Amino acid sequence: MEEKIRVLVAKPGLDGHDRGAKVLARALMEAGMEVIYSGIRRTPEQIAEVAVQEDVDVVMLSCLSGAHNTLFPRVVDLLRQKGGGDILVLGGGIIPEDDMPFLKEHGIQEVFYPGAPIKATIQYVRDNVHKEKHS
Amino acid sequence: MDVQSDIRTGDTRAIARAITWIENADARGAALVHDIYRQTGRAYIVGITGSPGSGKSTLIARMAALLAAGGAKVGILAVDPSSPFSGGALLGDRIRMFDISLTHDVYMRSMGTRGSLGGLNRSTRMATRILDAAGFDWILIETVGAGQSEVDVHDVAYTTVVVLAPGMGDDIQAMKAGIMEIGDAFVINKADREGADRTLNQVESILHLSAAEGWNPPVLKVSAEQNAGVDELVAVIARHRVHLEEDGELDRIKVRMARLDVVEILKERLTDTMNTELERAATQAELEKVATRETDPYTVADMIVDKIWRGR
Repeated sequence: MEEKIRVLVAKPGLDGHDRGAKVLARALMEAGMEVIYSGIRRTPEQIAEVAVQEDVDVVMLSCLSGAHNTLFPRVVDLLRQKGGGDILVLGGGIIPEDDMPFLKEHGIQEVFYPGAPIKATIQYVRDNVHKEKHS
Repeated sequence: MDVQSDIRTGDTRAIARAITWIENADARGAALVHDIYRQTGRAYIVGITGSPGSGKSTLIARMAALLAAGGAKVGILAVDPSSPFSGGALLGDRIRMFDISLTHDVYMRSMGTRGSLGGLNRSTRMATRILDAAGFDWILIETVGAGQSEVDVHDVAYTTVVVLAPGMGDDIQAMKAGIMEIGDAFVINKADREGADRTLNQVESILHLSAAEGWNPPVLKVSAEQNAGVDELVAVIARHRVHLEEDGELDRIKVRMARLDVVEILKERLTDTMNTELERAATQAELEKVATRETDPYTVADMIVDKIWRGR
């Protein structure tokens, strides 16, 4: 049986704007992935615990409030603490390009800006899911 | 990571990985079940089913919190339909249960149906065995059940709870033949809303027609959102459990389920064997003959069955 890519689309922090996250979740589903959506206003602790319980391959964090530099690396740290260091972490939302190097240094492998084509995002997930995870 | 010993200690990462193996039909999943199966059979398994929007997820979150507060370890398996076209799934039950994993000793896993009909994923059965071996006292299985065919949860759970909401009156008539027959308890959820009593009466009148000796399914008014009536539901489930234990019914159910455990695997093995046989060049040639009407599908099917049996 083929292995399904499992994705957690999560909204950390206080911003309640989740149209982008929902569109993404829908698109990933239509691309054949199993998608768990967190709902809005989750803590990094909740997100990391759920990612491990659900054994997802990818966590996609969406943040439009400007708190990404605090929230995203925190999720990565907690995932590592819980033994989920092999989970691919991606970011999206309103994120200034200048913050990119900082986020990458802190374990967010790629960031998708507004206007990023959704097909490219899906392809990126397919190409970068840690295949060794299941071996 | 030594998954087998980590599962016995209840390690979340190990449990999650093991369920993934089962879902992907990874050989390591089968090896694991082989090693842990003797430790299973202790957990009490409850199925919760009902139409989309009847509030199952919120109800389960409340039930899990209540059971966990009493010191029990609770596992939740939530099954949502996969798209028959893309094979993908939006697993939305988490949204209403997001808090629970941090505040209580609760493990929750979302599963897509992955092409299975009947409301369950074909791995759900073995996933309950994993949770059972990991020491969970209660396993709650959530499935969408809206009609006659989505009654598989009844084959996995000892107690089945059917969840309804007010305003579904006409649907209940239509449900009569399928889902109304599998409930050991019925919940009229969102009971703070208008029409709850009417729905309650309708359910009771349907159940009345089939009332018999022994267990008659109670109908409860619950508001999961306001956390009202959840304790009564848990008490009813406990009572049903005692009922099953007292007249030996639970043992009979366990025998039936052991058989189903085997059947499930047997189906998978036979399907694999069949698919391998179908891919062979010789079989392909026969299939083409069916297409050109040189032969008929019964002849070819019987031929394949013969070949599989003789080949073993």
